[in-house]
Amino acid sequence: MLRHLHSLPGLFAALLIAVLASTGAFLAFDSVIERAGTTVPATGQVSLSNLAQAVQARHPEVERIVRTPSGSVIAYYFEADRPGAERVDPLTGQAIAPHEPSNLTRTITNLHRSLLMGDAGRAVAGLGALAMLVLCVSGAIMLAARLGGWTAILRPSRGTFWQRLHCETGRLAVIGLMLSALTGCVMSLVTFGVLPDGRMAETGALVAPLGGARLAVGQLAALQAVDLADLRELTFPYATDLTDSYTLATARGIGHIDAATGQMLDFTSNTLGQQMRDTLALLHTGRGVWPLALLLGLAALTAPVLAGTGAVLWCRRRLASPKIRANVAAQSADTILLVGSEGNSTWGFAVTLHAALTKAGHRVHAAPMNSLASSYALAGRLLILTATYGDGDAPASARLFQQRLARVSKTLPVAVLGFGDRSFPKFGAFAEAVSAALCARGWPLLLNTRLIDRQSAQDFAAWGNDLGLAIGTKLPLTHVVTRPKTTALMLSERVDYGAESPAATAILRFVAPPGAPGDRFWRRTARLPRFAAGDLVGIFAPGATLPRLYSLASSSADGVLEICVRKQPGGLCSGFLHDLRPGARIEAFIRSNPAFRPARCSQPLILIGAGTGIGPLAGFIRHNHAQRPMHLYWGGRHPGSDFLYEADLTRYVGDRRLTRLTTAFSRVPGGSYVQDRLALDAEALRGLIGRGARVMVCGGRDMARGVASAFEVILQPLGLDLSTLKSEGRYLEDVY
Amino acid sequence: MNKIFATLGLAAILAAPAMAFAPRADARTVTLTTQLRPYGGNGAYLAIYLTDAQGRFQSTLNVAGGKAKYHAHLRDWSRGHATETARIDGITGASVGSGQTLRVTADIADALIDAGYQIRIDTAVEDGRDNPGEIIAPLTSAAAGQPVSGRGYVAAFRFDM
Repeated sequence: MLRHLHSLPGLFAALLIAVLASTGAFLAFDSVIERAGTTVPATGQVSLSNLAQAVQARHPEVERIVRTPSGSVIAYYFEADRPGAERVDPLTGQAIAPHEPSNLTRTITNLHRSLLMGDAGRAVAGLGALAMLVLCVSGAIMLAARLGGWTAILRPSRGTFWQRLHCETGRLAVIGLMLSALTGCVMSLVTFGVLPDGRMAETGALVAPLGGARLAVGQLAALQAVDLADLRELTFPYATDLTDSYTLATARGIGHIDAATGQMLDFTSNTLGQQMRDTLALLHTGRGVWPLALLLGLAALTAPVLAGTGAVLWCRRRLASPKIRANVAAQSADTILLVGSEGNSTWGFAVTLHAALTKAGHRVHAAPMNSLASSYALAGRLLILTATYGDGDAPASARLFQQRLARVSKTLPVAVLGFGDRSFPKFGAFAEAVSAALCARGWPLLLNTRLIDRQSAQDFAAWGNDLGLAIGTKLPLTHVVTRPKTTALMLSERVDYGAESPAATAILRFVAPPGAPGDRFWRRTARLPRFAAGDLVGIFAPGATLPRLYSLASSSADGVLEICVRKQPGGLCSGFLHDLRPGARIEAFIRSNPAFRPARCSQPLILIGAGTGIGPLAGFIRHNHAQRPMHLYWGGRHPGSDFLYEADLTRYVGDRRLTRLTTAFSRVPGGSYVQDRLALDAEALRGLIGRGARVMVCGGRDMARGVASAFEVILQPLGLDLSTLKSEGRYLEDVY
Repeated sequence: MNKIFATLGLAAILAAPAMAFAPRADARTVTLTTQLRPYGGNGAYLAIYLTDAQGRFQSTLNVAGGKAKYHAHLRDWSRGHATETARIDGITGASVGSGQTLRVTADIADALIDAGYQIRIDTAVEDGRDNPGEIIAPLTSAAAGQPVSGRGYVAAFRFDM
């Protein structure tokens, strides 16, 4: 809901807001520049009467002296019946230069407030300000929710490059943008008369001067008492009309001065409305308070960036979200289908199930598990299809499910189906956990919880059959696994370790294959897809329907796609990759893995890996040009056979990209595992954690478990535990 | 039946102002032509009005610029207009852009012509200067058709009877 509230005005108003914000930024910087070019005397330094005297000495027919909010002083006068205007040095009253208001500034001002379209444009600009206000508020709430509450709002954000750019830019600018938007809205309402204007009508002197001989302006007692800093505008009386008076507008009000006696004839203090109007103008423009203008200008500059990145995020989410035909709204559906998916493959099954149920006459609502509503008006059953992430954790679209489940009061008959790979120990663990949680809350099970191994279409069809029996519908489920869109890559180089040993490992480097001569010209330049170290590449072995995922050891900026692959006994994909010769091609796709990426801060990083788990860690170290402290703990079998990246790591220590390298080898006399080395270094690691260090673990499941228990012991004296570290995003795992 | 009454009523409402603004027998329709200089700012506010020979306000002929909150910048006219009971809704139009020409008509009683009255124009532009009494043209048969130039935004003003 909040997301819709954020993205709809964003989409409709992105261009409008970009125009309003960039013109606003121009005007803010324009006023800062004007302020920088102006000498502003200290309060009490310059009296208005002296200044007026100096101006009138030069221009006997001076008409008005105006002090702009930025502090420059402008005199308007007639000379030989021609009007003129000049900027005046506030200290001396001498002329600086003729005053020529900039046409560019005027046009930008009109563009900013009315889009050069008169009152209709003003209304549109007002709506733009309203849209920006809605975006600021909803964005701030979403950011707080994403980072774990308002107290956590300053934590480093996580996510893909575009998400981080959007969140961090927004966080930086939200206060300034909100101030601009809110004051803009109020000004618009004032313009259209919805709020009172507060402007004081300028009236003539209440008491007319007697019309005696005039004093020189420098001798007017009432003006001598006025400090230049208080001046808004001083209007001189007509030379020919002796009953005319000086009109003085200051920050406090408007008064009239008798030119003959020099006394104030009357003075009307600013009304509360006028004061509010002045404050509003000050807060919106920052004129007169240049640091505020600078802040507002810089904040406004981010708005086009936010609009652009927001549009990119929206498009990506649209493209990534599965296309469900005829999805029924949650409150009018008889069947609710919730999906927990990390990489969208589970959604493919949900689409098939949705279509089959719909064909059987059901009204089905499909949604991510995170969207579990607290009640469904018409639903008669709930179906849950979910994958498991990592070591039994919830996949991305199901992280909030358990929490939301606690808010649901009415139970429904439910069926849970898990997806996974039987070769992993925690196969379907999350599905089991969901099922257990539902049972504990008294939800009746339609079917026993079942698990689908490696996207098996047969298992799925069998489950559909049973579900059909349970709900009294014939439910034929024919699922065709959709293959992700792949790109061709060419092996350019390979480095082999322990080729003869049973644990042969290779570092493989792929490049984009050169285009064929017949290709269109934009295809001829070889380009890799976008990825960063720690992301995943999915590779299809020939004839395989399912991809294998490998962690990436390089980023696309390196110009190569690098992975570490250990040859698994009987492994289809690892065998295929190990047999590749340079020049051979593969079909692959990138899966972004923002959850496993070093947070951008300067705290030390403790990198822990074993075997091929070194890959992404080596990638992080390679890009550590800022020489952030990085401590690598890595475990292998034997320094002679599988010391991956040995030469590179030595070089990284030499040029300080890597602070310290600690290795553990298991197949040497007195061999040890990486978790043993951690236990030995417990004191040093505690020191690092105490300084805010972050931990990243990459490698096999057993190693990760060993490392986790070693860390529980290490953390105990600090009064910390692993789950706290994990919830703060300071302990990240990429486990396979 | 009701429909016919409604139509007649509507026609009457529409016709009433038209009749009200038709020139009286003892009045003349005067064309007022004001050409502005290319001063290069936002649209100018103008007030064209009649004064007696001493500059005392008589009546409003035409106003360019519809936002009443800016009318205070047309200083002399606005002071005089405060004493006027007639409404200016019917004789108020849009502000006049830089370099543009405003051509309007007004009905002036015969009694005021060649009787020492003057046509005056106040002008004002946002962020620019206010020019009260920028144009002062005697309302005489001899002065009709003679262009007068102002010292502010008005390049030339003439009236034709």
